[in-house]
Amino acid sequence: MDDVILELKDITKAYSGIVALKKANLKLHRGAVNVLVGENGAGKSTMMRIIAGVERPTLGEIFLDGERIELSSPADAVRHGIGIVFQELNLFGNLSVAENIFATREITRGLRGIDHKAQVEKANEFLNRLEAGISAETLAEDLPIGQQQLVEIARAVSLDTRILIMDEPTSALSAAEVDVLFRVIADLKTRGVAIVYISHRLEELMRIGDYITVLKDGEITGHALVKDIDTRWIVRSMIGSDAKDFAKPVEHEPGEEVFRTEDICLPRAQGGYAVDHVSLGVRRGEILGIYGLMGAGRSELFECIMGRHAHSSGKVFVEGEELKGRDTTRRIREGLALIPEDRQREGLVQSMSIADNLSMASLGQFVRAGFHIDLKREKNAILEAIRSLSIKARNPEFDVTSMSGGNQQKVVIGKALMTGPKVLLMDEPSRGIDVGAKADVFRTMRRLAGEGLAILFSTSDLEEVMALSDRIAVMSNGRLVTVVDRRDATEEMIVSASAEGHKTRRMHA
Amino acid sequence: MTTATQTAAAGSLSGGAALLTLMKLRTFIALFAVIIFFSIFAPNFLSTANMILMSKHATQNAFLAIGMTFVIITGGIDLSVGSIVGLCGMIAGGLIMYGVALPLGYTAYFNVFEVALIVAVVGILIGAVNGLLITKLNVAPFIATLGTLYVARGMALLYSDGQTLPNLTGREDLGNQGFSYLGSGTILGLPVSVWILIVVALGAAYFARFVPLGRHIFAVGGNERAARMSGIRVNRVKMFVYMFSGFCAAIVGLIISSELMASHPATGTNLELNAIAAAVLGGTSMSGGRGTIGGTIIGAFVIGILSDGLVMMGVSSFWQMVIKGLVIIVAVVVDQAQRRLQQRVTLMQLAKAG
Repeated sequence: MDDVILELKDITKAYSGIVALKKANLKLHRGAVNVLVGENGAGKSTMMRIIAGVERPTLGEIFLDGERIELSSPADAVRHGIGIVFQELNLFGNLSVAENIFATREITRGLRGIDHKAQVEKANEFLNRLEAGISAETLAEDLPIGQQQLVEIARAVSLDTRILIMDEPTSALSAAEVDVLFRVIADLKTRGVAIVYISHRLEELMRIGDYITVLKDGEITGHALVKDIDTRWIVRSMIGSDAKDFAKPVEHEPGEEVFRTEDICLPRAQGGYAVDHVSLGVRRGEILGIYGLMGAGRSELFECIMGRHAHSSGKVFVEGEELKGRDTTRRIREGLALIPEDRQREGLVQSMSIADNLSMASLGQFVRAGFHIDLKREKNAILEAIRSLSIKARNPEFDVTSMSGGNQQKVVIGKALMTGPKVLLMDEPSRGIDVGAKADVFRTMRRLAGEGLAILFSTSDLEEVMALSDRIAVMSNGRLVTVVDRRDATEEMIVSASAEGHKTRRMHA
Repeated sequence: MTTATQTAAAGSLSGGAALLTLMKLRTFIALFAVIIFFSIFAPNFLSTANMILMSKHATQNAFLAIGMTFVIITGGIDLSVGSIVGLCGMIAGGLIMYGVALPLGYTAYFNVFEVALIVAVVGILIGAVNGLLITKLNVAPFIATLGTLYVARGMALLYSDGQTLPNLTGREDLGNQGFSYLGSGTILGLPVSVWILIVVALGAAYFARFVPLGRHIFAVGGNERAARMSGIRVNRVKMFVYMFSGFCAAIVGLIISSELMASHPATGTNLELNAIAAAVLGGTSMSGGRGTIGGTIIGAFVIGILSDGLVMMGVSSFWQMVIKGLVIIVAVVVDQAQRRLQQRVTLMQLAKAG
């Protein structure tokens, strides 16, 4: 077709441990809004980063106007007329709006340097077109988030782009600002700009989209004209036929309470609390799911429990005894273990082998004569962990980065289990792993609970918390809003509870 | 077309694997290359006397490089070792010549064994200062050890006002003779210092593999946050590596002053750079997490043989510096290339499997 401006052919992108895109094909149309949807981690952002030249594909080719091009840097992409508005804001807070808009292509007057007056004038022109009501001379950091987003968009528009990528541009905008944005998009469309629009808000997509592409687990699962489809089609393509495989609950009665926190508090640097007087208990063999949105304080709660924050307060009890040690080493010794949310930064040591990663937290158990590690006992324990968690490791001496994300996650879980914990804390245990590995992880959680371990896990996936937990705790803005038995919980109840703490703030989708 | 690209990719994959093995063996290759090169071009290179002399020189670098390897594996650097060598040599000389003047007008002298012990403790204490600066006061390792580099060197110079302490033979009536044994003695034909190196190197290699603290060194350097989250006492690990590095430097200080039977305050200048070079040449990654004692020892010998061989060939010392610098740069470039290649090979495999 002749109106295709950019085409991705068989693009594969692998990161250490995970294949983010698998042979993805995408066509972008001129003068149209090309919508891209998919769940978190489906590969949308990766694809956009490839188009914007931020990342290079591992395999595959990119064609612009039918000609093969290499995008090896963002500057390359800009030269080809590709602009992007990132999900995370990329403004220089210490510079003015005008300086931000003209960063790297300042208007100069020869040797006399930057022509600030001309820049401000031109910037104001762009901002007026967006009806942003922003003066180009204000510092970027003095603007509220929504207006910063508009500045980003103004910058992208000012580049005379032929392809403009917008990664969730409305997530921080008010309804009125969204209307303005949509008018700008319509205006750009008439000028023949191809717009790539990424969003989670389905009604928005239906309103402005022309073409829609659905991504799932790094693969394209659907491509259609928006006018031919409805939201049900989108959801079906996003979730796919293979519904999530949750392990059947092993029926067993939870035992007595083994873990309790009292008044855990963590002050926030900007005032208020990141964790606000949280008290909860978990019984032996019970899975307590903590549901909450981003920034609800779940990770911070876990970190306080593990003694990561010196200035946190509150008490932690294991088997009725208050834990005295205030650092992670002693907390682990006292029977706690944490699977961190960010596997790459806090879970794994990438330079070490699978075996070394598994045993690194529990080396003390294999020691003879006070210092000598019994390699044989260590190896047996490692093999036992690999077997019981069904980790796919061809050779435990291989680098841990040679495995898939799901198996890496199992290594982190195995490391925690090898310390022999009584209470297991799992922060978003299913993040960034594929469907099969998720099912494995869930099964493992069930089995461990059946063996009498007390498990706390956090998630922002509603389906997951409903399916896995014996009891559900909802956190919002640092507070523990409610704890309910799964049998009594409904999805509406949990969603409304999770918004409780944000009542005074503007809601995001 | 697809088959063509696939076979091309497969070909580059297996080619990459072969190249990778070659790169991993680079230190060995370099060692054999310098040995073969000099045995052809340098006269008397293979004579026993020369071999023993060279091994003595390489030994000094190797001690420092062992300590440096642990430090670099944690992601740090220890620039102070050369100065610690100088200061420890001066203290050893001073203790033998003058003893310690106690306030009551009485001077205490120590026998050679006690002197060695005291000097080792001094080295460890300077390492502990480095460690405390880095862990408790959050000073970047480069700056902290740069500071102690100057302080220790300055103290060495102050100790004797810049003078050499000559003739450390000791006095019979004080019972502190025999200091020369460390630097000049031999056991079964091998210099004592080489025997000590063997003991320290085996100890360090054992420590890195069989002792929890040793294993933790690798975890801390590979990913400090993950190590901390796994309950590893990161600060304790860092304290240890700097103290051990100080200990190794103290040994070198003792050996050099014993060999010369004199202590000069400028001894050991720039030795830290040789140690870093040896560690890097031996495959220790400057970004932390990777390295082996065996590789470092080989690296130290490559550098030692290189400089001695060039001297024997009559190459000017100016050219020697240029050549040494180039060798180090090439080593790091190859290391980086290996890392990238490795990453590419694994990613390609993953992409294909996925």
